Amino acid sequence: MKPINTVAGRIAPLPINDIDTDQIIPARYLKTTDKEGLGKAAFYDWRYDADGNPKPEFVLNKAEYQGAAVLIAGHNFGCGSSREHAPWALMGAGFTAVVSTYFADIFRNNALKNGLLPVIVDEETRQQLVSLAEEDPTTTVTIDLQSQTITLPDGRGVQFPIDPFSKYCLLNGVDQMGFLLNLEDDIHAFEEANSQRVKTTA
Amino acid sequence: MPQTLFEKVWNNHIVKPQTSETPAVLYIDLHLVHEVTSPQAFTEIRSRGLKVRRPDKTLGTMDHSTPTTPRNALGIIPVVDGEAIKQLDQFTKNCADFGIPMYALGTENQGIVHVIGPEQGLTQPGMTIVCGDSHTSTHGAFGALAFGIGTSEVGHVLATQTLMQYQPKTMAVRVDGSLAPGVVAKDIILAVIAKIGVGGGTGYVFEYMGEAIRSLTMEGRMTICNMSIEGGARAGMVAPDDTTFDYVAGRPYAPKGADWDKAVAQWRTLPTDDGATFDNEVVLSANDLIPMITYGTNPGMGMPIDGRVPDPDKMGDVNQKMAMDKALKYMGLQPNQPLLGQKIDVVFVGSCTNSRITDLRLAAEMIKGRKVADSVRMMVVPGSQQVKKQAEAEGLHEVFKAAGAEWREAGCSMCIAMNGDQLAPGQYAVSTSNRNFEGRQGKGGRTFLASPLTAVASAVNGVVTDPREMFVPEMA
Repeated sequence: MKPINTVAGRIAPLPINDIDTDQIIPARYLKTTDKEGLGKAAFYDWRYDADGNPKPEFVLNKAEYQGAAVLIAGHNFGCGSSREHAPWALMGAGFTAVVSTYFADIFRNNALKNGLLPVIVDEETRQQLVSLAEEDPTTTVTIDLQSQTITLPDGRGVQFPIDPFSKYCLLNGVDQMGFLLNLEDDIHAFEEANSQRVKTTA
Repeated sequence: MPQTLFEKVWNNHIVKPQTSETPAVLYIDLHLVHEVTSPQAFTEIRSRGLKVRRPDKTLGTMDHSTPTTPRNALGIIPVVDGEAIKQLDQFTKNCADFGIPMYALGTENQGIVHVIGPEQGLTQPGMTIVCGDSHTSTHGAFGALAFGIGTSEVGHVLATQTLMQYQPKTMAVRVDGSLAPGVVAKDIILAVIAKIGVGGGTGYVFEYMGEAIRSLTMEGRMTICNMSIEGGARAGMVAPDDTTFDYVAGRPYAPKGADWDKAVAQWRTLPTDDGATFDNEVVLSANDLIPMITYGTNPGMGMPIDGRVPDPDKMGDVNQKMAMDKALKYMGLQPNQPLLGQKIDVVFVGSCTNSRITDLRLAAEMIKGRKVADSVRMMVVPGSQQVKKQAEAEGLHEVFKAAGAEWREAGCSMCIAMNGDQLAPGQYAVSTSNRNFEGRQGKGGRTFLASPLTAVASAVNGVVTDPREMFVPEMA
């Protein structure tokens, strides 16, 4: 994974509460064995009509929001299934961060493992970002991971939380599996000290 | 210091404790894998030249992208979707290459991942169980800590049998009293989610407790734990008791003989200690519950079946109003309208929430001697081949077929609309599954979530129906 320090870009407003992973990527696009190429499936049923034509009113189909890097959502983004295809699809569609007041647990974990930043802000900031994006689609924000700050166009910086381990991994491009693989001795010791619960190969 | 059930299971599985800089490293006793969320994890393992550390603690099954259509003359369930064929073939190869036992489509133990674990006796109290599937919370009904993970984490578990996790908070969900006839486990969990909302449990593990939970069968407890994630909680647990032990005893992977006695003695130490504290609490009275149904596009948009659809204009919060407007528009419903009497097109009895033998017995008992309305397609999809076999041994399939319902092969089916079973745009379904998200059961399809009893009653009348109207008192 590439190290991430700063994300800067235009913002797209999708101020809907409880956006679930079936909206982020419908299940019929999960019949893949790859991570790549899922961008076109992002929000597919909101983006396209029954004949596959783009719905002009949907934000991501509007010319002025093309190329946006930061999605501003409603509360509780990413609820529902555990599909990691959700962050893969969002990243495939060009997003590097999502802003909400809070995220569903599994989605947040999945996003962090792929370098998609889940940025948690207070409701006032979220609403301000939605207004800014709707009024002026050229609005850009800067998200600095080291200082855990999202900087609004007026220069106001808003801090956001992130767990120190994910932050370290993202800043340094460290993958988490490598960390676990280094714990071989500890894992072995645990297995020695605890009897096996079930043996599926029996 | 007194501990909760969750804390005991968590503490028993710590390989490395949580620090201010790093999450805890937890050992995983059982890893269930299926075809949809595992391929990219196996690719990762291969690309690093790794092995699966403990194939003997891993089990695969095919369930999500598999058809539930009848077998052909050779006894094979034909897969016609090219993408599904490729995914299933890849899964077969992945399991074979890494030595993971796997239940292939149509074989005797195949089924929905959250049905087969308990059925085989692999799901046991006090274990840690994960799967790349959010409904892994189901297994918490046994007093296991069980939760869904993403595909990166599937890779972590395949490679190391461990996971990095921050310790979640705990919420006691207490359901006092007892259920009236016609009101079942599904109604309890729909009421809990309606009360707390779909994000209410985010960051928590639930422990379900109280008289009403104690009185439930294991299948009922599984229905409840299954939908913990619909309230935002990654895991839900029920303390093991004699009901649990009776269910596990004698199953293929259950401990035997002296090992059984030893296991039960250990399991009896798991329930939450007197004086242990939770970070939060929700209390419901089962006495007050009537059958529940959802009207909207997430599982929190639920109400008593005799209720009226909320009026968005009466919502104080602008975000809530917008969400409700959007939901009602999608559902084609009017503010303040009742749902009773709403015409429906499809009834789906199945899914990891409600496809076990007791669910099917209840549905069969209700439909016996009645007919599915001409305007309704009713599908009954057993959760596993074993459930199917048992149901057929009891003649339940004949009851469903005589009523005009379809009796199908095992799988996730119309819960997820990625296997050929799906609603047509605009159709209304009463479904025993777990999600009513837009398009969940097919693009443009509209889902009312309810219990198997409500589903059957609605199938018979062709409109949303309160099952208590048809209820026979000797039913559960």
